[in-house]
Amino acid sequence: MILRALGRFVLQAVPVLYIVSLIVFVLVYLTGDPTVMLIPEDATEADRLRLVAAWGLDQPAHVQYLRYMGNLLRGDFGQSYYYGTSALPVVLERLPATLLLTAGAMVVAIVIAVPAGIFAALRRNTPVDFAVSGMAVLSKAMPNFWVGIMLILIFGVQLRLLPVSGAGSFAHLILPAVTLGTAFAGDLAKLVRASLLEALGQDYIRTARAKGIPSSVIVLKHALRNAAIPAVTMTSLNVIALLGGALITETVFAWPGLGQLVVQAIYTKDMAVIQIAILVITVMTLLINFITDLLYRLIDPRIRL
Amino acid sequence: MTDMTETRRAGFFRALLSSRAGMLGAGLLALIVLAALLADWLPIANPTRRSLAIRLLPPIWAEGGVPAHLLGTDAQGRDILARIVHGARSSLIVGMAAVALSGLIGMVLGLIAGMRGGIVDIVLMRIVDAILAIPTMLFMLVVALVAGTGIAPLVLVIAATNWVNYTRIVRAEVLRVKDMDFVAAARISRVGTIPLMLRHIVPNILPAFVVVATLNVGSVILTESSLSFLGFGIQPPAISWGQMLSEGREVLATSWWVSTFPGVALTLTVFSIILLGDWLRDHLDPRLP
Repeated sequence: MILRALGRFVLQAVPVLYIVSLIVFVLVYLTGDPTVMLIPEDATEADRLRLVAAWGLDQPAHVQYLRYMGNLLRGDFGQSYYYGTSALPVVLERLPATLLLTAGAMVVAIVIAVPAGIFAALRRNTPVDFAVSGMAVLSKAMPNFWVGIMLILIFGVQLRLLPVSGAGSFAHLILPAVTLGTAFAGDLAKLVRASLLEALGQDYIRTARAKGIPSSVIVLKHALRNAAIPAVTMTSLNVIALLGGALITETVFAWPGLGQLVVQAIYTKDMAVIQIAILVITVMTLLINFITDLLYRLIDPRIRL
Repeated sequence: MTDMTETRRAGFFRALLSSRAGMLGAGLLALIVLAALLADWLPIANPTRRSLAIRLLPPIWAEGGVPAHLLGTDAQGRDILARIVHGARSSLIVGMAAVALSGLIGMVLGLIAGMRGGIVDIVLMRIVDAILAIPTMLFMLVVALVAGTGIAPLVLVIAATNWVNYTRIVRAEVLRVKDMDFVAAARISRVGTIPLMLRHIVPNILPAFVVVATLNVGSVILTESSLSFLGFGIQPPAISWGQMLSEGREVLATSWWVSTFPGVALTLTVFSIILLGDWLRDHLDPRLP
């Protein structure tokens, strides 16, 4: 059954990866001649043309495309001209920091959202419930980078409690993780509330109550399980969004992850790095989708892969 | 016919009036739109006038604030309130234009994918999958390298990724509606494909579409401010909240107000749009999640 899921994953992943690589090629091609950025200022036009010819940039688009695909398939991902090394390790090196931040943000979101959602559902239509809904909308309305700036203002500038830039210690992780996490806590809380309310209205809950099972056990063990599937879906979607959405948060907090690298690469037009970053993130997105598929089955055996 | 539309419209407003959250959203949004429209006639300072003599004045209630600059001034001595009011224009224009463009593209492609099916559908949906697999902000930044900066390119950049959301929704709605009896009946009476789509399918898709589009204006406004914050959006002399935030970040250590108020304006705008959108969803299309 895992094999079948794997087969489906490959069937979905290959065309998506192919189209993404095509889109990336078209965009890089459209950004124009990279040699202008590359050559030293005192180089002559003849020098530049030699470089253009050496890189095959004078060839028609389809020839360049075939060469690009050939290189990708052979595992040659190009050179970063900003770092002067192969682009792939430059990108992979940044991955752990982004994954750490993503995990931290997820923890923050879950720690806030799950209790808030449960409270809102149990105290339906009370001020607690309205407050949770209001906060949920607010968390979606606040621009992420502004939340980051405000946190820097409060905890860095005013209270001088936490470091506001860079990485290296657990304290460095707190502000960026809270910034990213709160953005998703709202949606997650609303989802937990809605799923829990739905579950609490069902027959098996009434049966459980009739059997005299304590309320807390019913909520935590029986009903919350029902809320798990949509929550897992949303969490996995959020991980994907976080991987890319960390772009600005990482820039605000100078967090040395993929996002910061990519924004820098955009400023310096380091196309090789941008290409690989997009491909790496796409592969991770597809992997996360695959893992989500598998998780469904663990939570709900009714779903066949 | 007219009577019916009028009754329906009256019902719409009565429903809006009876919803506290919906009214709050609509009222707040109306205020913001009015301020943006009337920016040139409001009794506020000139938003682009620099004066080093009055740079970084705090808001009026803080020590050193002056009545002429209610929310203080920025590092170049420009009035923050005036810049926020004028900045609302950029946000609203980009928000609505980008949603209109991506909605139009998504509507057409979604209708084609849903009605035609087959290979057209498969290819289109694979492209949609591919674009969804690339992180939106990253994709937009790369497109911005090609398209350039300013209001019109920004609308294109946002629409370049945003259309996929509409395509998916419209396609799903078409698939839901397409096999219903009234469509079959129209087909039997030989209604052509295009009139069939326009007269029978589109009106049934519209409620879901309007709800999604309304909420989308909010997220597009956030996207615009992010791009402008990174320097890939609206360029001076045009004013945008994202750009103000990026300038405010540079003086964060000394002048909290420069980066605080544009963020409040952004939050309130998006907040009001979400409230209105949520209410529209409950009112027009209770099926939507």
